[in-house]
This record gives sequence, C-alpha cells and structure tokens, in this order.
Amino acid sequence: MIIQFICRAILLGVPLLYGSTGEIITEKSGHLNLGIPGIMYTGAISGVVGSFLYENSCGNDIANMNPLLAIIIPFFCAIIGSVLMGLIYSFLTVTLHANQNVTGLAITTLGIGLGNFLGASLINITDSELPSIALTKTSSFFSAKLPFADDLGWFGELFLSHDFLTYLAIIIAFITAIVLNRTRVGLNLRAVGENPATADAAGINVTRYKYLATCIGSAVAGLGGLQYVMAYASGVWSNNAFGDRGWMAIALVIFALWKPSMAIVGSFVFGALCNANNYIQGLGTETQELFKMLPYIVTIIVLIITSMRKKREHQPPQGLGLPYFREER
Amino acid sequence: MAKDKIIKSTREPLFHVVKRDDLAWWQAWGIRVVTILFSFVIVGLLCVLVADKSFGDSFDIMFTGVFGRLFEGNTTMLWKYLQEIAILLSLSLALTPAFKMKFWNCGAEGQALMGGLATIICMLEFGDKLSYGTLVTVIVITSIVAGAIWGLIPAIFKALFNTNETLFTLMMNYIATQIIAYYVYIKGGGSNVINPVEYGNFPTIGGNDYFVNIVTVAVITVVMYIYLKFSKQGYEISVVGESQNTARYIGINVKKVIIRTMLISGALCGVTGMLLVAGKDHSINVNSVGGQGFTAILMSWLGQFNPFIMVVMTAIVVFLRLGVAKVADTALLNSSYSEIMVGIVILMLVGCEFFIHYAIKFKHKKEVA
Repeated sequence: MIIQFICRAILLGVPLLYGSTGEIITEKSGHLNLGIPGIMYTGAISGVVGSFLYENSCGNDIANMNPLLAIIIPFFCAIIGSVLMGLIYSFLTVTLHANQNVTGLAITTLGIGLGNFLGASLINITDSELPSIALTKTSSFFSAKLPFADDLGWFGELFLSHDFLTYLAIIIAFITAIVLNRTRVGLNLRAVGENPATADAAGINVTRYKYLATCIGSAVAGLGGLQYVMAYASGVWSNNAFGDRGWMAIALVIFALWKPSMAIVGSFVFGALCNANNYIQGLGTETQELFKMLPYIVTIIVLIITSMRKKREHQPPQGLGLPYFREER
Repeated sequence: MAKDKIIKSTREPLFHVVKRDDLAWWQAWGIRVVTILFSFVIVGLLCVLVADKSFGDSFDIMFTGVFGRLFEGNTTMLWKYLQEIAILLSLSLALTPAFKMKFWNCGAEGQALMGGLATIICMLEFGDKLSYGTLVTVIVITSIVAGAIWGLIPAIFKALFNTNETLFTLMMNYIATQIIAYYVYIKGGGSNVINPVEYGNFPTIGGNDYFVNIVTVAVITVVMYIYLKFSKQGYEISVVGESQNTARYIGINVKKVIIRTMLISGALCGVTGMLLVAGKDHSINVNSVGGQGFTAILMSWLGQFNPFIMVVMTAIVVFLRLGVAKVADTALLNSSYSEIMVGIVILMLVGCEFFIHYAIKFKHKKEVA
C-alpha cells in the first residue's frame, strides 16, 4: 500500500520535475517563462503526433514496430515542438524586449490551443467513439520496466520499476544542478540572470545564454508533457487532461528555491499531495474535491515562508523578469 | 595576421538597436493598426490553408458567425457578441488597477469564480425567502465581498512580506476551482451540474437578456477611466507602479495602496462572476470563467491600461474567438483553432511594441579615405 502510494507519487511528480527543471534553467538566465504550461502541452501533443504517424505507418501489428524508433520519434518530436515554442518566447523577450509575463501567457494560450486543436484533429481522423487517442503500443515501449524489477520485492518496485523517462528526469535534474553550480557555463548563466549588464561587461554573450537557456529549458519541460502522455496516461491523449500541471511546475520552482536537486524531492512531495485524496480512507467524492486543494495550499504556505525568511541564498535571480537592453546602461 | 585581427575587431554589426521615445501617438497607433491588419491577413491565410475555404469566404463566415443576420435586422447574435465582450472587458478592467501598480494579478479566474459562487449560493438559499429587490441587493453585496476577499489574501502577504503575487494568485485560482467543484457536487446531487436557478436572475430589458450585463460593464469602463486618470487614488497607483521608493518618499503609504487596489480589483472580478451567474448562465461550474482570466491579463496590457483601448482590443479578440470558431465549425475542425489564432494575434501585437519603443539603425557606409 505504502509502496504503491510512493510509486504513484513518483509517477505523478515526474512531469512536474521536468517542468520545474526546465523553468529553473530558464529562470537562471533571468527569464520568468509563464509559457511553460503551453510548452509542456506542445511537447505532449508533438510526441503524440509523432508516435501517431509512426504507429499508423506500421499498420496494426505491434511486431512491425521497431522499439527504438517508437521511442526516438516521439522523443524528438516533443523536443522539436517545445523548442520551437521556446524560440518564439525568447525571440520576443530577448530580441524584441517584450514583457515576459505577457509573452509567456500568450505562449500558454497558443500552446494549449495548438494541443487541443491537433488532438481533436487526430481524434477526428481515427473516427473513434471516445474523445481520446490511444497510443497504447508506443506507450508500452515507453513504460517498459527493467526485467528483473519484479523479482526484487519492495526494493525493485520502489526503485527499479519506473519508466525510463522517470530516471531521465532525475538524471537531467542532477546534471542541471552540477552544471549550474560546478561549471563555468553555469557560473556564466547565473551571472546573466543576476545582472546581465555585469555579465556583458565580463565578455559573456548575454543574448546567446538567454536564448540557449530558454530553449534548453523548453525542451526539458516538453519532455514532461511527453512523460505524462506516454507513461502516466498509458498513451491516451484527451484534450485538457494535462490540466494545471504546468502552473504547478512553475510553483515548484519556488518550492525548490531554484535548486534542481530540491526540485526532485519537491516534485515527489507534490505528486504525493496530488494523490493523497485517493489514499485517505473513507472520503466521499465531495470531500475528495476539497482534498485536491492540498498541493496549492502547500505551495502558498511555502511561498509565504520563503518570502518571510528572506535568506539571501533563497532568493530568485536578481534580474528575473527584467528585460536587458545593452544601450540602456 | 595582425592586420586581419584589427579588421575583425573593428568590424561593426550590420545594424544596431536604439531606444526611442519621440514617436508621435499617431505613428505608434499606425504601427499597431498595421500589425492588427497584418495579423488578420495571416489569420485569413491560415483559414485558407487549414479550413480549405477561400480568403473572402473565411471572413464572410467569420462575420456571419459573429454578427449573424445583422443587416436583415436580427440583432440576437450582436447582443451575444456584446455580452461576450462585456465579460472579458469586465475582467480586463478589474485587473487594470493592479497591473498599473505592477501587481501581477493572475487570479481573475478565481476571484470571478468566488463572486459567482456567492451569487449562486444566494440564489439557491434565499431565492424563495426574500423579495426580488432584497435578493439582488444581497447578491451584489456578497459577490463583491467574496471577490474582494479572494483578492485581499495575496495582497496582504505582498504588502507585508513581498510574497510573489503571480504564483499566489494563480494558486488561489485552483483553490477556488476546487471549492466550486465541491459545492457543485453537493448541490448537483453528484451529477456535477446545477440546473439553472430561476430566482435572482437579472431582468430581461427590451427583450434582451444581456442588457443589464452590458450596461453595467459600460458604466464600469467609464468609471475606471475616470478613477485611473483623474482621481488621487489613481495617481497613487501609478506612482507605486513606477517606483515604490518614490511613492514612499512623497508620503504614500505603499502597503495601504497595494491592499486597497487589490480590494478593488478583486471586487470587480467578483462583479464579473455575478454577471456571469445572475446575468448569463443562471448556474455555475468549474469552467464558468473558462480561462478568460488569463486572456484578460493580455487585454489589459495590450490596452495600455486605458479602458477605452481595452474595449477595442477585447472586441477584436472576441471577434476572432467567435468568428474563427465558426470557420472551424463549418470546416468540421475543432473550435480550439480559434485559440491558436488569438494566440498568434496577441503574440504579434506584443512583438510590434518593439518597433514602437526601439528603432533599428543600419550601418552607414563609411567613406573610403
């Protein structure tokens, strides 16, 4: 029961982990990307379109499908889709100095519209009775477990039974933490986010760092959308099912105090909170609705506590949200 | 070698960008109008490509989709269009004082839902107990208070501890959504639907259901313009928005201004919720506001905090939303197509601000010595 609860929490937390790792990378360059919900949505639908095309080209027999291609095609489609959205965002905010909040919200509108439109179009093509597309074959490749995981009892279930995107999320978060804190690139990126004018004076190419951070961040976030569809939803896409995970990923960044390694813990805690209503005994459906507030209330409490403590290392990058124009120094 | 290096280091970029603030208002608006026209051309082209209609047909369908048979004297669709504008405009107006203060109120959705919840509770609980006049008064007061409280909570923490308001208000949206889900489940008897309530609905005036909503929002528009432009409080809002230090220096109580402005912002969102429930749906569900709280943020910003420009912006966006949805509908496409178009148009408008605030200077050809 407890093991099952934790596994479920991890499964629910992974899209948030991708989203918040991506957002941390972006925010470290001084850009608050409120487009992350739209970008994750785009990543998800791009992956779905990719695997839909591949599944159809293989016909109905699962044996025709090459496992490697079945994973690689959606994977790269998701990355390409989300990076394109990231490029639009960074072109507007970095090159055209547009307001970051407004651009981000517009990207979210665009991304969710795109996802719902493409999703509905695919549903139309398949002529299915249900308002969803099932890519169960591709999903089976994505959620393949290690073969010996079942033999190892609770240990295997807890640590080895997840899909590969879960492990990738944790690896990406750790790599991000190391790159940010231990390498020259990370130092430069943090400098850009804290004070772009100083970074510029030190010879760092501010524009390049901002573009790269936003696009890499978007790619990582897009994978979160892919993981949601392929592993959590077992390959079933239905419009608006992704819900508010994108916003929770942004909130998680503050919960994690801009540290990717903290985001790992945070995302699993969030996953557990999202899921708590299903595991507390004796709740009616109406009380379950109230319990679904938990993650949001916890986020608010964390927001308040971090703002009250005002520790220097717990603050957002100083240049966050401010446009940088070289000639305005 | 050395010569090469010198040439490289003195190479100038092809062009450079300079800030400008000498653009006359008509030039700035010229750029915006051209952008809007250009974005409409793109929307038309995308309809040609995706929906397989001709360019003229697309706009024809859009126009009839929004206005219906207006020229034959049928104004039903026009009133619906005005009603949609009224709701989005009302939310944008509610957000404007907060934005002018640089307080990113992303919680219009939740504040409006709470206003709507207060309305529906009054309608269901007191509908058969109070006279119509008393009931409407109670509805107005409770919905304003409910919205204001939902806006007040993040404002207090922003004023006291400088808590990030963008995320705080966002989270408040989802808490409001869950409260609505809870209430609808109880009252709907597990069916997730509250049947339209007959008590406390706004009256039909001149055979028109939406008259009250439209007039209310029109009044709010004018009052908001006067409040922001000519009142002392409106001035304080813009000073706090420009620089909190300046505000403190000239003796403005910044905390008080933040809390007061968010009370107004939340209260107006609450009014919008009331208009939605009592004036339009006569019921409530978690999607009653339908993401318009976010569109309203964009509208408020694109309207340059000027209520009358916001009227134009919301009219354009609602036209696109309804019109493109109609095009998509006739081409058997999903109506989300209109969301994509709205996104594209807004992104282009956001991008065009660059050409208003900055000028591109191309490198002058150097005279050869």
